[in-house]
Amino acid sequence: MTALPAQTQKKLGLVIDLDICVGCHACAVNCKEWNTGGHSAPLPDNDPYGADASGVWFNRIHSFEVVPEDGGDSRMVHFPKSCLHCEDAPCVTVCPTGASYKREEDGIVLVNPDTCIGCKLCSWACPYGAREYDDDAGIMKKCTLCVDRIYNETLPADMRVPACVSTCPAGARSFGDFGDPDSDVSKLSAARGGYALMPEQNCKPVNRYLPPRPRKTVAEEAMGGAGLTPVADSSAGVMARWLDKILSL
Amino acid sequence: MSGPFTTVQEQVDVTPDAIDRTEYTTCYMCACRCGIRVHFKNDEVRYIDGNPDHPINKGVLCAKGSAGIMNYKSPGRLTKPLKRVGPRGSGEFEEIEWSEAMDLATEWLSDIRKSDPKRLAFFTGRDQSQSLTGWWAGRFGTPNFAAHGGFCSVNMAAGGLYSIGSSFWEFGEPDWERTLYFMMFGVAEDHDSNPIKMGLGHLKSRGEAKFVSVNPVKTGYSAIADEWVGIRPGTDGLFAGALIHELLAAEKIDWDYLARYTNAPWLVIQAPGTADDGLFARDRDGNPLILDGKTKKLVSALEAGGSPVMSGSVDIAGQRAVPAFHLMAKRFLDKSYSPEEAEKSCGVSAETIRRIAAELAHAAFERSIELDVDWTDWAGRKQTKIVGRPVSLHAMRGVSAHSNGFHTCRILHLLQMILGTIDVPGGFRSKPPFPRPVPPGPKPAGHKSEANKPLEGMPLGFPTGPEDLLINPDGTPKRIDKAYSWEHPLAAHGLMQMVIHNAWKGDPYPIDVLFMYMANMGWNSSMNVPGVLHYLTDTNEDGSYKIPKIIYSDAFYSETVPYADLVLPDTTYLERWDCISLLDRPICSAEGPADAIRHPVVPLDRDVRPFQDVLIELGARLKLPGFVTADGSAAYPGGYQDYIANHERAPGIGPLAGWRGEFGTDQGRGAPNQGQLQRYIDNGGFWEDPFTESESWMKHGNKDYLTRAHKMGWIPSTDRIVMQIYSEPLQKFRLAAQGFGPAVPPDRHKDRIETYFDPIPFWYPPFETTATAQDYTLHAITQRPMHMYHSWGGQNAWLRQITNQNRLYLHPDTAATIDAGDEDWVWIISPQGRVKAQIKTMHGVEKGTIWTWNAIGKRKGSWGLKPGAPETEKGFLLNHIIPELLPAQGDGFRYANADPVTGQAAWYDLKVRLEKCTDEEAGETEPMFERFEAPTLAPSAVSADGVLRYGKALHPTPSGKPAAAMAEWIGNQKGHKEGGNQ
Amino acid sequence: MHPAKSVIFFTTASGAGYGVLILFILMDIAGLIPAGWHVTLISLGVALGLISAGLLSSTAHLGHPERAWRAMSQWRTSWLSREGLFALITFLPVLIYGAGRLVYPDMTTPWQPVVAALSVALALITVYCTAMIYASLRPIPAWSNGWTPVCYLILSLSSGAVLLNALSFFLGFASVFLILVSVVLLLAGLIVKIMYWQSIALASPRSTAESATGLGDMGKVKLFEAPHQGDNYLMTEMGFRIARKHAARLKRLVILWGFVFPIIAILLTRYSDGAITIGLLTISVLTAAIGLIAERYLFFAEAKHSVTLYYGESAV
Ligand SMILES: Nc1nc2c(c(=O)[nH]1)N[C@H]1C(S)=C(S)[C@@H](COP(=O)(O)OP(=O)(O)OC[C@H]3O[C@@H](n4cnc5c(=O)[nH]c(N)nc54)[C@H](O)[C@@H]3O)O[C@H]1N2
Ligand SMILES: Nc1nc2c(c(=O)[nH]1)N[C@H]1C(S)=C(S)[C@@H](COP(=O)(O)OP(=O)(O)OC[C@H]3O[C@@H](n4cnc5c(=O)[nH]c(N)nc54)[C@H](O)[C@@H]3O)O[C@H]1N2
Ligand code: SF4
Ligand code: SF4
Ligand code: SF4
Ligand code: SF4
Ligand code: SF4
Ligand SMILES: [Mo]
Repeated sequence: MTALPAQTQKKLGLVIDLDICVGCHACAVNCKEWNTGGHSAPLPDNDPYGADASGVWFNRIHSFEVVPEDGGDSRMVHFPKSCLHCEDAPCVTVCPTGASYKREEDGIVLVNPDTCIGCKLCSWACPYGAREYDDDAGIMKKCTLCVDRIYNETLPADMRVPACVSTCPAGARSFGDFGDPDSDVSKLSAARGGYALMPEQNCKPVNRYLPPRPRKTVAEEAMGGAGLTPVADSSAGVMARWLDKILSL
Repeated sequence: MSGPFTTVQEQVDVTPDAIDRTEYTTCYMCACRCGIRVHFKNDEVRYIDGNPDHPINKGVLCAKGSAGIMNYKSPGRLTKPLKRVGPRGSGEFEEIEWSEAMDLATEWLSDIRKSDPKRLAFFTGRDQSQSLTGWWAGRFGTPNFAAHGGFCSVNMAAGGLYSIGSSFWEFGEPDWERTLYFMMFGVAEDHDSNPIKMGLGHLKSRGEAKFVSVNPVKTGYSAIADEWVGIRPGTDGLFAGALIHELLAAEKIDWDYLARYTNAPWLVIQAPGTADDGLFARDRDGNPLILDGKTKKLVSALEAGGSPVMSGSVDIAGQRAVPAFHLMAKRFLDKSYSPEEAEKSCGVSAETIRRIAAELAHAAFERSIELDVDWTDWAGRKQTKIVGRPVSLHAMRGVSAHSNGFHTCRILHLLQMILGTIDVPGGFRSKPPFPRPVPPGPKPAGHKSEANKPLEGMPLGFPTGPEDLLINPDGTPKRIDKAYSWEHPLAAHGLMQMVIHNAWKGDPYPIDVLFMYMANMGWNSSMNVPGVLHYLTDTNEDGSYKIPKIIYSDAFYSETVPYADLVLPDTTYLERWDCISLLDRPICSAEGPADAIRHPVVPLDRDVRPFQDVLIELGARLKLPGFVTADGSAAYPGGYQDYIANHERAPGIGPLAGWRGEFGTDQGRGAPNQGQLQRYIDNGGFWEDPFTESESWMKHGNKDYLTRAHKMGWIPSTDRIVMQIYSEPLQKFRLAAQGFGPAVPPDRHKDRIETYFDPIPFWYPPFETTATAQDYTLHAITQRPMHMYHSWGGQNAWLRQITNQNRLYLHPDTAATIDAGDEDWVWIISPQGRVKAQIKTMHGVEKGTIWTWNAIGKRKGSWGLKPGAPETEKGFLLNHIIPELLPAQGDGFRYANADPVTGQAAWYDLKVRLEKCTDEEAGETEPMFERFEAPTLAPSAVSADGVLRYGKALHPTPSGKPAAAMAEWIGNQKGHKEGGNQ
Repeated sequence: MHPAKSVIFFTTASGAGYGVLILFILMDIAGLIPAGWHVTLISLGVALGLISAGLLSSTAHLGHPERAWRAMSQWRTSWLSREGLFALITFLPVLIYGAGRLVYPDMTTPWQPVVAALSVALALITVYCTAMIYASLRPIPAWSNGWTPVCYLILSLSSGAVLLNALSFFLGFASVFLILVSVVLLLAGLIVKIMYWQSIALASPRSTAESATGLGDMGKVKLFEAPHQGDNYLMTEMGFRIARKHAARLKRLVILWGFVFPIIAILLTRYSDGAITIGLLTISVLTAAIGLIAERYLFFAEAKHSVTLYYGESAV
C-alpha cells in the first residue's frame, strides 16, 4: 500500500563503511548476479556488447575525490549506493498504484511487479537514485534488500544475508536491524558516527554510512613527528660503536 | 479481481527455491584462485558466490568472480579449431576438425623434435598449469619455455627468492591479525586480490594499526590508506634506502634476528682484484665463517651457539674480511641514502621519511609482541616464546615493473630483515612451499637441447653463478628469449615479452614454431604493439613468414588469435579439470599448505577442448618420455584428469597433495589414489592441512616446520634457511665481469654485469628515466582495475558496463601545462610513438605522473564486441608506445627494456610528454588498427531484439517453506570466517 | 529532468483544455455565452478533446498503459493518483453540464449552475493536482515550491483564454471582456513565470554533493568516476542538462512567443477585421502554444534532480 506503515517491526538496512571500501564493485556485480535470477528477475542489459551498453543494477559504486578547501591532502572515497529503505520513503507515497510499498514487518521497500504501471514517478521522488526502471518489462525495480535470501531456509545459513554483504571482500558492508539499538549494526553505526545521506530530503533513510576515519599522518605515539636520534654524529661514528657488538646464534 | 480503487498487496515469497544444486570449484576470472560455489537452477548457472570454507577467499567474491556467468556465456568464445586461410592478422580462418588440428600440430612439432627441438618456442602466458607445461617442454627437449613471469613480476619473485627464500608475489602475506604498521609499495590490486581486501578491511577495522601506501596514485587500496606517500615512479629503492639509513643511524635494528636468521654476520673477503673478492670466507668444508666475538675465533656460520660480531674486519690467511652487515651498513649510512638526498629524487619530503622511519622503529621495537608458543629452533633448542615485530611490508608491480625493480625489491626485504619482521607475529609470513633455500634451486635446464631427447630438467630455474647460464661458448644466448644469458642472467621466469621480437629477428636464432597459450601477445602483454604486429606478419624474400608457424590456444577471440596459423580453442574455467598445485602456484596461506582443483560443472556446448588434454595428447602422439608408457601407448589416456591423479613428479609426489596413498590417507607424499579427485570434489574442491602452532613461525629456523617441509618435498633438506642481506651469487657474476671464474661475459656486457650484480642491494634511476631525452618529463604508468582482468574482462557483458573506455588521469596542474581540462583529447608521446587519449584530472596523483587503467582498449573485430564499442574507439593502450628495446649503446647493441638482472619487462619506466589534440584530432584514439574478420563465435545469451535477459528462465519457484530468521551477520566486525561459515 | 514529449504535450494540452473549460463555463454562468448547440459542442469539444488527448498521451510514457486504471487507487497519498481520479471525475459534471446546455440551452434549470460550478471546481482541482505532482517532489527544488501550482493554474487559464478568445470570434461571442481577460491572464502568467524564474535562480541549493555523500567535512566533493561508463536510466531520465545559453534563449522565446506576441495579436484584433483578424487569432494561438511548449520544456530541462549530485553535479 502506498501509505507508509506507521511503524515497522524491524528496520532492516545496511551499514556501508567508507573507511574500508576500496571501490572494487564486487557488491554491485554480485547483486546483479543474484538478482537477475531472483525476486526481480531478470535485470536486463541493453546492447550488452555494443556501443551503448547499459543495464539495470540495484547497487552502483561511485568514486568521489574530496579536496580540502585549503588544497591539502585530497581523499578518494569509493561510495557504493543502493536503496536506503527510507522510513519516510517518498518513492512509496507518490506511487499511484500501490505497487510501491514498505513492508510492515521489516521496513523493506519493494515494488509489486504485477501492478506497477511504469509511470516512473517513484524514481523522480527518490532523492538518491535508488530506483531502476526496467525498460524491457516496463516496470520499476530496485534493491530488495535480498528479501528472497535473508529469510530463506532453502538456502544455507551463510547465504541468508544480502548478496552484496556476503560478497564484499573488504567487509565494508553490514546488514541488520536498525530498529534494535542493541543490534550489531546499530552499535557499529553508533560507535563510528554512522550518518544518513541528505537528511534535508526528509526521507529518514535507514541505511547508514560510516565516515572515512581521519588520516593518521602522524602516528599517535609521542615519537611520531620527531624522527629518530642518531647514536653518533657521523656514519663512521655509528659504525665504530658496533665494533664491540657481540651477538649470539 | 480487484477494482481500480483497491490496493493489491503483494505477497512476496521470501523462501523461494532459488537453487536446485550446487557445485564447488575454483574461480579463474583471475589468478587469485578463490573457491567458488556454482549454484544451478533448471540446469542453468543461477549464481556464483564464494565458498565460505575456502582458505583463500572465505566466502567473499570479487566483481570479476561474480561475473563468471557472463564469461562462460560470452559471444567472444571460440567454437572450433581454426586453420588460417587469409594472411596473418586478417582473421580469415577455416574451421577444421580436431583430428586435423591434432595431426597438423603433431606434424609440425615432430619435425622439429626430430631435428632441433629448440626450434620450438613454447610460451604459456597466464598458465596455471606450469608444472605440466614446463615439464612438457622439458620432455620435448626445448629450453624455450616460459610463462608470463618475465613480463609480470619476476623482479618480485627473484628479488625475494635471492634474499629471503620467499617473496611478496603471492608467496607470502602480512600477518593481518597482528600487524601494527603495514606499508604497501606499488600495489593496485595484486594476485591476492581478495585476501588483500579482506586483510585491509580487517586491519583497518581493528583500529590500532597504521596502513601506509606508497604509490604515485591514490585510488583503490591507496584511497583507504592512513597515509598516502605519493612517490615519484622508480624511486622506491631510494626511499626505502633512506628509511634504512635512518634506522641504522639510530641503531633501531633487530640485532638478534639479523644474527640468527640472516647472513649479516657472515664474513666477506675484501680482496679487490682477486678471484675471491666479495665471496664469503669459508672453512674447508665450504661453510661460511663468522668471527666469534667471545672466543675471537672463526667458526662456521652454520654452527649453533656462536657469538658473531657484526662489524669490523678480521684477517683470514692474509685476506681481510668483514661481516656482510658491515658492508651493508656502510652503503646505507652513506649520505647518498640520507633523507635529504632521497627527497630530491623521490619527491617525498625528508621530514616524512624521517617520521616514517621513526614510526617503523616505534612499531617494531616499542610495540613488539610476544606470543607464548612452544617451538624448537633449527639447532633443536626449545623455545617458549616468539617475538613479533609488528611491521609488515607488501610490494608488487609498482616496484617490480621498473628496470631497478630487482634491487628495489631486495632493499625492501633488507628493511624487513633489519627490523626482524619476516615470519614473525605481526610481520610478513611466507606461504608454503616457501621459504625455500636462498636461492631455491633447481637450476635451469637447457644446456643441451638435442634431437629426440628431453632436457635434463625443467627449463626454468635459479642460477647461482655464471656456470649456470644457458650460453654458448662464445657467450651468446641459448634461449630464444635470451634468458639466463649475459643479457639477463637471473631471468628466472624467462622473457616472454621478447620472444616474438627475437623470433622475427632470428636473434639468437630462427625458430620454426611459436606455440603460445593464454597470452594476448598481439595486444596487451606486448610492448610496442605496432612493432609486434609487424614481427608477426613480416615475410622473407620468398614470401614466407619470418616466424614460420604459430600455434595458439585461447578460449576467446582475442587480438592474438588472428595471427595464429593454427588455433586450438580452449574451454572456459567452468568446463574443465585443473589443478592448483603445490608444484606450481597453490592456494596456501601462511597458516598451512593447501591445493585445489577445478572440475567441469557445466557441459560443453561447442567443439573446444581443454588445452591440457590437448597438450597431453600431443605429448603422447610425439611419444615424449613420460607421456607414453614403455609400450608407447599414452600414459594418461584419460587426459588431464588422469594426469592429475596419476602423475608422479618424484616418488609419491604428484600434482595434488591431498588424499594420497591407495586409500587416501596420506598427505603430501603417497601413492596415487584413484579416488583422489572425488575426495576433492566432496571436500568443496580443495585440500588444506593447517600448521600446528609450533610450525607456524620463524619457519626459516623452525625445526618442526623444516621437518614437515622436507617431508612434503618442498625443500631438499631440513637445514636452516638463511636469509641473505648479501648475495654471493650476484657477486659471482660481478667477479666474472672482472674476468674471474669459469665463464666471463663478452666485453660489451661487462660493465653492465659489474654494475648491476652488486651483492648488496642499491638504488639507481630506472633506465628509461636516464635514457630518454629531457623533453619526456612525465612518468606514464598503468593500474589494474579491480573489476577487470587484463584483456579478458572487456568481453564481459556486466563488467564492461563499468569500464569500457579508459581515460588518461593526471593532476590538474599537469593538465594546465598543456592548457587541457577534463574530457579533452591529448597525444601521449614517447620516443617510440604516440597514442591519443581523453583526459580526466584528479588531485590524488603525483604531479610528474600520468596514468590509466590497464588493458581496457580493444582492437576492432576482437572479443565478439560489436562495432562502435567504446573499447575499440576510445579505449587505448600505453603498450603501443612502450619500447621493447632500450636505446642503442655505443656499439649499436640494444638490450631489452628490462631489468638488467632478471629481464623483467620495465613497463613503468615509460617517460612521455603530452600535447593537446586539435579539434579535428579529438574523438577517437590512435593508433587505430584495421578491423579484422571473425570466425563463427559462440552464441551469446542476448535475445534477438538485442536485450540480454539473463535470469529470465531462472525465476525461483515457491518452496512453501516457512521463513527462517535472517542470519545474524556483521561482515566487518566478526569477519567473514566466523560469520560466513555454517 | 528529461523533457519527455509526452509529458510536455500532456501538461500543456490538458492545461489549456481545462482553461477553456473553466473560462467557458464561468462565462456561461455569467451569461456571456450565447445559446446555440454548436457553441457548446465546439467549445466543450475543444476543451475535452485537449484534455483527453493530453491524458492519453500521458499514458503513452507508461511501461504498462493497459494497467493505467490502477493509477487511481492511491488517492490518499499520491498526487498522481488524485490527478487521475479528478480528471476522470471531472468528466462527469462536465458531460452533464454539456448535455444540459444542449437540452436546456438557456440554462434555465436550477441544477445547471450547480453542475457548472462543480465542473469548474473539479477542473481547477485537477490542474492543481497535476501541479502538485511536481510540487511535491523534494529532490527537484525547481519544482517543489509554491510557484509551481500557481504557474500551472495561471498558465492553464491563460492558455485556455487565448484559445477561447479565438473560438469566440468564430462562434460569435467575441467580446472585449474576453480580450481583456485573455490579456490580463497572459500578463499575470508572464509575471508569475518571471517571478518563478527569479525565485529558482535565487533559491539556495537544497542539497549538495557534500550533503549527498556526507563527505563535506573533508572538503569539496568532486566525482572521480561514475559507477558505469555509459548512461544509465537514472542519468537519461534525471540527468538532463541544458546549457545556460540555450536556457536563456528559450526564456526569451517563452516571454515573447508565450506572452508578448499573443497579447499584441489579441489587442490588434480590436483594430482589424476579416482575414486579418483570423490571421491575428491564429497567430495568438500558435505563438502562445509555441511559447507554452517552450515554457514546459524549460520547466523540465532546467529542473535539477538531487540524484545528479552522485553523477558530477555540485548542488541542486
Ligand atoms: N601497459 C601495461 N601492459 C601490461 C601490464 C601493465 O601493467 N601495463 N601488465 C603486464 C602483466 S603483469 C601481465 S601478467 C600481462 C597480462 O597479459 P596477458 O597474459 O596477455 O593476459 P590477458 O589479457 O589476461 O590474456 C590472456 C589470454 O588468455 C585468454 N584466456 C582467458 N581464459 C582462457 C582460458 O581459459 N583458456 C585459454 N587457453 N585462454 C584463455 C584470453 O582470451 C587472453 O587472450 O600484461 C602485461 N602488460
Ligand atoms: N582485477 C585484476 N586483478 C589482477 C589483474 C588484473 O588484470 N585485474 N592482474 C593480475 C596480475 S597479472 C598481476 S601481475 C597483479 C599485479 O598487481 P599490482 O601490482 O597491484 O598491479 P598494477 O596494477 O600493475 O599496480 C601497480 C601499482 O603500482 C603503482 N606504481 C607504479 N609505479 C610505481 C612506483 O615506481 N612506485 C610505487 N610505489 N608505485 C608505483 C601504480 O600506481 C599501481 O597502483 O594483479 C593481478 N590481479
Ligand atoms: S532510497 Fe529511494 S527508493 Fe529507496 S526507500 Fe528511499 S526514497 Fe525509496
Ligand atoms: S513506476 Fe510503478 S512503482 Fe513507481 S510510482 Fe509508478 S506505478 Fe508506482
Ligand atoms: S541488498 Fe541485495 S538487492 Fe540490495 S544492493 Fe545488496 S545485493 Fe543488491
Ligand atoms: S564490495 Fe565492498 S569494498 Fe567493494 S565496492 Fe562494494 S562495499 Fe566497497
Ligand atoms: S579474486 Fe575474483 S576473479 Fe580472482 S579468483 Fe578470486 S573471485 Fe575469482
Ligand atoms: Mo602479471
